Formats: sequence, structure tokens, C-alpha cells
Amino acid sequence: MSNNPIIKIEGLSKTFGNGTGAITALDNINLSIEPGEIFGIIGLSGAGKSTLVRCMNLLERPTTGSVIFDGTDITALSDRELRKVRQSIGMIFQGFNLLMQRNALDNVCFPLELAGVPRNEAKKRAKELLSTVGLADREKSYPAQLSGGEKQRVAIARALATNPKVLLCDEATSALDPTTTQSILSLLKELNQKIGVTIIIITHEMKVIEQICNRVAIIANSQIQEIGPVQEVFRHPKTQAAKKLIFAKEDYTEEFVGKGRYLRLVFDGSQTDRPVIANMVIKCGTVVSIVYARTKMINGKMYGHMLLELPEEQEGVNKIKAYLDSENITYEEEEYNA
Amino acid sequence: MLNEIIKEIFSAQMLSLVWQGLLETLYMSLISTAVAYVIGLPVGMLLVVTDKDGVKPNPAVNTTVGSIVNFFRSVPFLILMVAVMPLSRLIVGTTIGAKATIVSLVIASAPYVARMVESSAKEVDRGVIEASLSMGASTMQIVRKVILPEAKPSLIYGAAISSTTILGYTAMAGAVGGGGLGAIAINYGYHRKETVIMWLMVFILVLIVQVFQMIGSFLAKKNDKRIR
Repeated sequence: MSNNPIIKIEGLSKTFGNGTGAITALDNINLSIEPGEIFGIIGLSGAGKSTLVRCMNLLERPTTGSVIFDGTDITALSDRELRKVRQSIGMIFQGFNLLMQRNALDNVCFPLELAGVPRNEAKKRAKELLSTVGLADREKSYPAQLSGGEKQRVAIARALATNPKVLLCDEATSALDPTTTQSILSLLKELNQKIGVTIIIITHEMKVIEQICNRVAIIANSQIQEIGPVQEVFRHPKTQAAKKLIFAKEDYTEEFVGKGRYLRLVFDGSQTDRPVIANMVIKCGTVVSIVYARTKMINGKMYGHMLLELPEEQEGVNKIKAYLDSENITYEEEEYNA
Repeated sequence: MLNEIIKEIFSAQMLSLVWQGLLETLYMSLISTAVAYVIGLPVGMLLVVTDKDGVKPNPAVNTTVGSIVNFFRSVPFLILMVAVMPLSRLIVGTTIGAKATIVSLVIASAPYVARMVESSAKEVDRGVIEASLSMGASTMQIVRKVILPEAKPSLIYGAAISSTTILGYTAMAGAVGGGGLGAIAINYGYHRKETVIMWLMVFILVLIVQVFQMIGSFLAKKNDKRIR
């Protein structure tokens, strides 16, 4: 396989409506997705991320710009050619979107039927796929008889039926409970490793990105704000929009009054229950004071924010930052002059 | 007096007349419903597909077809019956009786059926259609493999409603030379003032509506896989 990107988006913009009522959903998006990676796109609702993923298979036509899939600009294709290309781009949705009047097996057969695969062959492939997603025993069940997680598994099997090169996931776990989300995410990762399908995940949940993505793009105000490896972007967000998303300002709107340099730590549940601050003080040999904290333990995991007053000397500050980096704790330096 | 009426109703002659009327009514309404669906189903699908939120939006086609449908829907049935008499003569060779009535029944009910079909088809989840598009389905495939099967229970239920409406039209057709139970009700009940016979016909019509509706509901439910 070549090293060319599987999907390349160039100068893509999307405007809904026209004249004074026009709304810009996407503004000059440039993006390259490499074959075999799991790429995350995160943003708050209304940021344009769903429109972006729909532009990748032209469910939504971009106003300007091009979408290059596997070397072909698909915006220039005829309807017939586009339908052929779409068989190479699977998609799953928040609402599963299964055919309610077909059982699980026939749902998986559906894209094969569309592609003109003979019935017997389609059935055989669908059975294989259902057992791959762990639903071998539910092939005769109708969607109404399946749980949310099972429905999404059927949808994944269906999306993979035509052996696509890319799987688009539009908030695929947002309607599922945390445990089911876990199992769906592990399934996606497993499929990525086993069959090498490139996965693009749209979500508003940081945890989803952290768990399975290699790279992430942060989208806000119709534009891509930041793009890079997940660890790098999440630990050290550079742009205001990324910080807003990662440090979730709306969680702590209280006005802080103080003067000097502070470090804001974010606990997003990925840390264990080790006494992080106490260890830090011992290891770094510097004393810090906690000036503000709002954290809570859920299932032994810590969530929330903490504001530490930094020591005067830079050496201590560096030690603290090095320690936090080694512990994978997200932080941001803030200065207050109040 | 009462005795005489009962005697008349249950006379062999009357019974055979009612039986004849019943068969005619069923014949008219079922054939008309079937033909109305042959026309109305594709027209309804065309309306859904060309809708601005449809699979292939086409405002020109949608507005034109929609206006024609609305036009025929707004002409009162009795007036339409009289107006299409020349057409009936052309198609079936006569302007009276059951056969002639079918022509006007079809013209009056096909647009109604088209709207019923449109409304059922619009119930299909937009997300399912989007998913099918993402898999590379063509417009025709979406109509045949997604909209029709997914809307099937609702379409069947709609067919029950349409057939009972058309049954009601057949009774009206009795007033202008159509056959069936409606004609008997009008000829005997209204013109000869034999109210009992009129009510008897009404009673039979009510029974047929009940049966149509029951069959429709049963089939709709039986075909719906959304029920656990």
C-alpha cells in the first residue's frame, strides 16, 4: 500500500442557505488521513464536525474544496461513480439507522444486495461478519429485539460488509452507556488492527478519543483549530478553542481572585487513585499550595480541576511540570493579576 | 305494516337484490382501490422522493404533481362523477352502473391514495435513508428496498383507510346511477321512502367498513417487525 493519504480534504467549505441567512458550517478545512490510522475529530455540538464527516462521503456536498479519496477527487464523480466509491466507505451513526423490518442477518446483507452480490454469497459473508462482531447467535433477531450495543454491532458488521477502506463513525457511542461504549471502542480498535480499516471518529467525548485514536483534530467555530497526536494535543493544547474544550471552562465559572503564576491541573478520570499531589511534593521537593480545587472521585477515578500556586524559582516549576508530564496529567499555566 | 316491511325485506327477490348490491359494492370498491394504488403508489413515491428533504429533491416536479393531486382532491366527488361521465363512456362504454362508477372512483381516489402513500413513506426514518445512501444505494434502490419495506405496516394500514373511504364513495355514486348497496339505499330508502331498507343498507356498509379495517389492522400488525 502506498503512503498516500486515504482521505485528503483540501480547502473545504460548507455554507448552508444563502444571502444574509447563510450559515458557514465549515470554513477552509484541510486534512490528511493516513491509511490504517484511527483519526478522531472532536468538537462541541454545532462546531461542524458532523457536517465534516458527511462531506467525506458526500452525503453533504461541500460548497467549495475537494475531497480526495484514495487518490480520486470524489466531488468530480458522476452519481454512478460516486455510488461505487461509497461502497468503499462504511459509516455508522449515533442512532444506528438499521432497517427495522429486516433481521440482523438481512441488515448485514443489505449493502451486499445493493452491490449486486448473489444472495448465497451475501448470506455467507454476513454470517461471518456477525460472528466477528460477536452476534453469531442473534442473526434472526430484529433491531427492536436488540440492545443499543447489539444494534451498533450489527451496524458495524453492515458497514464492513463491502470491505471498505474507511469506516466513518458519527457519534457512534454517544447513545450508549459507558460499559457498552467501552466494548464498542475495543471492537473498533480490534477491527482496525485485524483488517486494517482506517477509522474516522467524530465525537464530543474526550475519553473516546483518548482511548482509541492515534491522531486528533479539534474543530471549533467551523475551523480546525489544532491537529496532531492525541497525547500531544490533549496534554498541551495550544489554541484557545482546544483549551476551552479540554479544560472545560464552564465547569468552574467562579471568579478566582489572586496574583501570580498558577498551574491548573485537569483530572479526567484517566489517572489512578494515587495521591498525585502528595507524591509530587515529595518527589520534586517543592511545596505548593492548593488555592482552588473542585474534584470528585467516581469509581476510584478522579475528575475535576485544581489550581496550584507555583513556587517562585523556575527550577521548582520545571520539576513540577516534568513530574506532571510523567504522570500524564493535563495542565495549563495561568497568570492572574487581580 | 311492520309485518309487511319485514316480509318485503326478507322476500327472496329482495334478498337477491341486496346480495347483488353487496357483490357490486365489494367489486367496485376493491377494484377501484387496486387501480387507485396502481396509480397512487408511484405518484406518492414521486412526491416523497422529489420533496425538498427527499432523496432527489426536485421542486418543479414536486410542485406540479402536488398541484394536480390537490386539484383532484378538492373537486367534490359528486361533481367529479358527473364531470367524468364522457370519459367513462370512452373507457368502459357506459355512464351508469358499477363499471362506469369505477372510472370516476379511481380518478377521485388515486390522488387521495397518493397522499396516503406519501404520508406513510415520510414516516421512514431519515437516518435509515441516509445510511442507505452512504452504502451507495441508488434512488430506485432506496424506494424499492428501503422506503417501501420500511413503510409497509403503515402502507397496509393506509390501504385499509383508503378502501373504506372508497367504499363510502361507492355509496354516493348510487345517487347518480352507480350500482351497489348505495343505489339500493337511495332507490328504495330515499325515493320510495322505505326508511328501514335504507338503514339496512347503511348497516351492511358499516359492517363492511369494520371488516376492511380489521383486516387492515391485523395485516399491518402482522407485518411490523418493530413490535417485540
